[in-house]
Amino acid sequence: MAHKILIVDDEPNIVISLEFLMKKEGFEVAVANDGEEALAKVASFNPDLMLLDVMMPKKSGFEVCEALRADPERAGLQIVMLTAKGRDTEVAKGLALGADAYVTKPFSTKDLVAKVKEMLAR
Amino acid sequence: MKAKHRFILAVVVLGLLMTGPFVVTSLLVWLDMKDAERVMLTELLLSRLPVGTMMTLFGFVVGVLVLHRLFKQYVEGLLRMAETLRLMLGANRNFRVTIEGPPEVQQLARAANDLAQQRDALMDDVEAQIATAKASVEEEKNRLAALMSELAQAVVVCNLDGRILLYNNRARLQFKALAQGPTSVSGGALIGLGRSIFSILEKNQVQHAQEVIRQRVATGKTAMANFITTTRGGQLLRIQMVPVLAAPGEGEAAMSGYVLTVENITRSIEQEAHRDQVLHLMTEGSRSALGNIRAAVTNLIDYPDMEPELRERFLRVIEEEVAKRGQSVDQTMAEFSHSMKTRWPLEDILGIDVIAAAQRRIEDKLKLPIKTEELDDALWVKADSFSLVFALVFLASKLQDHYEPRELRFRLTSAGKLAYLDLIWAGPAMSSETFYTWEMESMHAAGETSPLSLRDVIDRHGGEIWYQREKAAHRAFFRFVLPVATPEIGHDEESARGSNRPEYYDFDLFKFEDKSIDLDRKLSELTYTVFDTETTGLEPSNGDEIIQIGAARIVNNRLLRQEIFNQLVDPECPLKPESIPIHGITEDMVRGQPNIDVVLPAFHEFCEDTVLIAHNAAFDMRFLQLKEERTGVKFSQPVLDTLLLSAVVQPNQESHKLDVILERLGIHIESRHNALEDSLATAEVFLKLVPLLEEKGIVTVRQALEASEKTFFARVKY
Repeated sequence: MAHKILIVDDEPNIVISLEFLMKKEGFEVAVANDGEEALAKVASFNPDLMLLDVMMPKKSGFEVCEALRADPERAGLQIVMLTAKGRDTEVAKGLALGADAYVTKPFSTKDLVAKVKEMLAR
Repeated sequence: MKAKHRFILAVVVLGLLMTGPFVVTSLLVWLDMKDAERVMLTELLLSRLPVGTMMTLFGFVVGVLVLHRLFKQYVEGLLRMAETLRLMLGANRNFRVTIEGPPEVQQLARAANDLAQQRDALMDDVEAQIATAKASVEEEKNRLAALMSELAQAVVVCNLDGRILLYNNRARLQFKALAQGPTSVSGGALIGLGRSIFSILEKNQVQHAQEVIRQRVATGKTAMANFITTTRGGQLLRIQMVPVLAAPGEGEAAMSGYVLTVENITRSIEQEAHRDQVLHLMTEGSRSALGNIRAAVTNLIDYPDMEPELRERFLRVIEEEVAKRGQSVDQTMAEFSHSMKTRWPLEDILGIDVIAAAQRRIEDKLKLPIKTEELDDALWVKADSFSLVFALVFLASKLQDHYEPRELRFRLTSAGKLAYLDLIWAGPAMSSETFYTWEMESMHAAGETSPLSLRDVIDRHGGEIWYQREKAAHRAFFRFVLPVATPEIGHDEESARGSNRPEYYDFDLFKFEDKSIDLDRKLSELTYTVFDTETTGLEPSNGDEIIQIGAARIVNNRLLRQEIFNQLVDPECPLKPESIPIHGITEDMVRGQPNIDVVLPAFHEFCEDTVLIAHNAAFDMRFLQLKEERTGVKFSQPVLDTLLLSAVVQPNQESHKLDVILERLGIHIESRHNALEDSLATAEVFLKLVPLLEEKGIVTVRQALEASEKTFFARVKY
């Protein structure tokens, strides 16, 4: 059975690329455009991995991550944070809040795919 | 033994000397004789006895007379001289011994007089030296104060209690600018000699900084501490503290006070935040866009066989993102070009000061006469004056080398936000290539060189320069275009209040300890607020209102003309036409001014910890008291009344009106019947009254209050 990936980003221009890429890699893909929608989609779609943008309206990626990590049922959900914030402090914050990986934009799609595959293979 | 007794003794001795040897010799001869010889001798002697006795008596009397004379001259004369000398030693330095008596005594007297002369000369010399030393200390103090007042930094010196001993003009203006509300209402209250710095700065922070300094001193580091604090108005201040250490030789160098350098960094912090924002926009804004583009491009490359529709979509993503980035770069440049351009620290300087400096150097170094034409003497420019002056000298020297002009002229004009500084000369036209090379080469003039080129200097100023001909006048000029500066703080505000050097310092406050008002302290030691009010009329209880409060401070027996309170008050009722000629305040002047609810608390703050003084204080105090309930401020400090004090000093004078007292005490005041002027006049009166009261044994505030109460005038009530 194909792994399920939830893409959370408010920018359609990155969502379209990620969605295309992940589908090509054979994953089942769902998209959420803000933090609240992301939480709702996690419940309905039940993804294995989540590509989560930090800067979003309504709820930030940090908040979403925190909320998910507070829920023991979602312990198995892998979270990859995608962000334009490249500062060390913010990377540290993302990881401290429970993200499994932290990818800074602009990123190589190849590396991202490789990372996603590796994480799902664990 | 007294001199008289000694004289009697001397007489007795003389008597014995005259009779003794004869009597003893006779006795010895008598004992040696036979009886017949004795009878013969007795006969012989007895017949001659009267003559012998007579001679002896005569000799004795002569001897006594001689003795008496000698005694008068030597003993009594010397005693007199001793008394005179005592007098010279103590009461009257100028007294001298009278030269009289025998030569030896006269010599002694002369020697004593010479000694006295020498002593006087020495004493005069010592006094003169002390006076010189005092004057030089005073001069040093004044020089320090003058120096401080010219500093561009705000400097405040405090003792360990946090009392302000010295501050400079910049500090005054800075804290005034920080004050909220109408500046003159509360601005004056913040800074002042003897006031507490803690009304401006957080006490904890200041104490913490002191602690830091102590630790640094203990570990041998530079004694200094920095902190940043926020004022009530939300401004950011960076404060540097340096200790004032007690004079060496007093054991361990203990801190007796500290110097604070205050810098308002609100604006530079804002600028920094602004720059951060730009940086943020340029980095993180780009990251996201680049990420979008990169992902789209990779997809296009990696999956060349995707459906055309999707392909079209990815291409649009790229186009959109690139366009957005382009726009954002443009926008950033437009918004922040100003803060990116001028990174070189430029100072605000009067244009004519730059010209004066350049003129001096050119005349001095190049021996080239300079004249000036139209000069806008109120024009401030933003400039690095050193490099700018150098550039002017450089151009002058270039002109001298190439065209040998007889003289150069300066002109300074302005157009909008730009200042034009022209260097004019008469002579042939020069080619633009020549000027171009001048612009680009490293500057050198009169044996000095600079690593900068003229172009560098111009860029540094964010300015321009060009060469222009005035054909009709057969002359040409270089025009420097510089940014006009608007000085932050009014520079000529000071001149309004007397041109005397400001009284921004009082080092005696180093010893200032007591904070609350102690009625048993000397009148000359206390801090006073001398005030006066102008009112709509003379009946406070019948609805008359305050329309102006003026006040000044007296600290350590000195009137501080800079630390004043001067505020018009909107009485919220019409003025009485008949009162307008008296106080000169019109309806127009009071409308729009703060009302008493605003002014009275500010005035209350201004008076904090001081004794109040007013002329006919009961009148003014009645007005203040009537407002206590409404404004919630109570003036509970002791109040001295110069009218009553004048009556104490001169009980037999009929009038104690302010004008009359001023005349009586020889005080000249330029204008009167303005609350501020009258309070200054009252202060002068008080300062003159203090020594007169002291003569009457009235030294402390308590004594002054008690004496005031007993005067007749004290019984008049409002």
